[in-house]
Amino acid sequence: MFYREAGDFKTTYSADNQTFPIKIDRVGYYVALVVAFLIIPFMINDYWANAILMPFLIYSIAAIGLNILVGYCGQVSLGTGGFMAVGAYACYKLMTSFPEVNIFFHVLLSGGVTAFVCILFGLPSLRIKGFYLAVATLAAQFFLVWLFNRVPWFYNYSASGQINAPERTVFGVPVTGPNTEAWATYLFCLVFLVICAVIARNLTRGMAGRKWMAIRDMDIAAEIIGVNPLKAKLTAFGVSGFFIGISGALFFALYLGAVEVGEAFGITKSFLVLFMIIIGGLGSIFGSFAGAAFLVLLPVVLKVVGVDMLGWPTDIVAHLQLVIVGGLIVLFLILEPHGLAQLWRVAKQKLRLWPFPH
Amino acid sequence: MPEQLAFAMEVFLNGLMSGVLYALVALGFVLIYKASGIFNFAQGVMALFAAMTLVGVQNGQVPFAHLINAIFGTHVHTFGWNVPSVFALIFTVGVMILLAWAVQRFVFRHLVGQEPIILFMATIGLAYFLEGFADLMWNSEIKKLDFCLTANTCLPQGINIAIDEFTFNAFGYGFFIDNLDITATIVAIILVIALVAFSQYTKQGRAMRAVADDHQAALSVGISLNFIWVLVWSLAGFVALVAGIMWGAKSGVQFSLSLIALKALPVLMLGGFTSIPGAIVGGLIIGVGEKLFEFWVGPLVGGATENWFAYVLALVFLVFRPQGLFGEKIIERV
Repeated sequence: MFYREAGDFKTTYSADNQTFPIKIDRVGYYVALVVAFLIIPFMINDYWANAILMPFLIYSIAAIGLNILVGYCGQVSLGTGGFMAVGAYACYKLMTSFPEVNIFFHVLLSGGVTAFVCILFGLPSLRIKGFYLAVATLAAQFFLVWLFNRVPWFYNYSASGQINAPERTVFGVPVTGPNTEAWATYLFCLVFLVICAVIARNLTRGMAGRKWMAIRDMDIAAEIIGVNPLKAKLTAFGVSGFFIGISGALFFALYLGAVEVGEAFGITKSFLVLFMIIIGGLGSIFGSFAGAAFLVLLPVVLKVVGVDMLGWPTDIVAHLQLVIVGGLIVLFLILEPHGLAQLWRVAKQKLRLWPFPH
Repeated sequence: MPEQLAFAMEVFLNGLMSGVLYALVALGFVLIYKASGIFNFAQGVMALFAAMTLVGVQNGQVPFAHLINAIFGTHVHTFGWNVPSVFALIFTVGVMILLAWAVQRFVFRHLVGQEPIILFMATIGLAYFLEGFADLMWNSEIKKLDFCLTANTCLPQGINIAIDEFTFNAFGYGFFIDNLDITATIVAIILVIALVAFSQYTKQGRAMRAVADDHQAALSVGISLNFIWVLVWSLAGFVALVAGIMWGAKSGVQFSLSLIALKALPVLMLGGFTSIPGAIVGGLIIGVGEKLFEFWVGPLVGGATENWFAYVLALVFLVFRPQGLFGEKIIERV
């Protein structure tokens, strides 16, 4: 009744090939865009921006990036934190070295730098598979964090070893530094998220995405039918690194403002993003959003319920959060290995048939 | 003998000792991986959990005291007694067996036949769960572990005087070797011999090897997979307990204990996932390698290379030999 292909006639190839072929999806997509761009910026305040919206936007970008690598191409990576750190430090170096260039390009360029680093660490994936690769990416995680900690050039020889985002403006409105307004940083991140999501969605629908999925499903078979594993794996690492680098740059420059690398981009960050895509759904762009939203909201909800309503000490709530996150992951893997995205797919299937299920 | 060389030898010996400790953790991984094909990421957290339980029982802490106090507004902390280490140890072994059963019953029984990577992620979830659970149960502050079998035979601490004197007389340079490391090495050797004997010469050990070889064939000759898996997880829990005691006595029982699992991963990669000797040799190589690298190259590049050296070494190694030193050759078919 609500969700129908029937009566939605396509008269051109481009209409048939569009990203959301079903009308209600399309309408929902545009409504979401309108709400995100035209309504939320007027209602946003600092609490909402800092606690929920900014982390959600930034982690969504990271989750999309990791999902391309893990969900679409099947190369498990535990190095996300390290790659985000590459994005952050690249952005910092670019911001301080070329202050006259717009920060928009800095963020894009730091994505490019991260893509390069990611490809470099992706090279062993041609020889190493599965768990071995997952552990090998840990090398990236620990090595990169150590590098940014120990080589003073990366943090411009600052005494504290921290990096601080200087103030930069877009169209005269400050987006980094101490004098930002919530709506400006929010919109800046949102623009990047939309760009990344559109790119990712279209890449995964096209030739590149199909090659990745062929590699994921069985790499030897894919090789036999003519997919070049070198190209497919390294493009997946590159694209994934590009998105993760952007999210790292945004995380540093717009969200935190000041970063100490071991704390902000440690191994826990890698696991957090990995959990997002497991809970959200491996191999689904929508799942990346859902997983990011879920794991950003969960601590906030737990804090509101546990600390504010029940009055428990914060450390108990923090431990409970570990228990709940861990338990949920196991539960998800048992009940629905394909995550929230699969629940959404099932719901859509039900809606298609409702109210006449036969 | 020149001072520099003697010093390098001391570093080498210390590397060997810490390699033994890595191997202890890696052993637990290998046991589970061989028998069930599950790559158990939670091994380190199991060590943490075991050590925390041991200390908690020893000191007579009330489990979940913090939570109970928060909910009911009470002020309970300890029962007010101290349990001898031996009884605490037995109790902890019991807890680990219970844990093994629960993990098998509530998690992995439902995941039979899933892809290995799904199982791996489930163990990551399990690691988070256990970590939060252990913190809730015994609270997360750093605890000191004093483990005494009888009143006088505790785990030794500090420098070994005999070796110091002997080497001073022989080389003119006293080696600094921790008593605890020597104990750990001896314990590890005993543990490995015991495990090998168990798997070679007992009925259950044979069954375990059969399961590791082929699940279906084992099932068809009447071996209970469920029982074997609980057994294997219990064994891994026991190994985790031993590792937890050794590491806990070395650096205190605290969260960072669970990170040694991450250190055990490159050990496994070097040695191969399926080989017990591989875990030992891999552990020794990593232990010695990272200590010597820190000794020679560390000062040139800013130190603290121990954080990543093991991973990079394993990574470089794997590029040339993807199955590790002793791993089974990977044969892939379409």
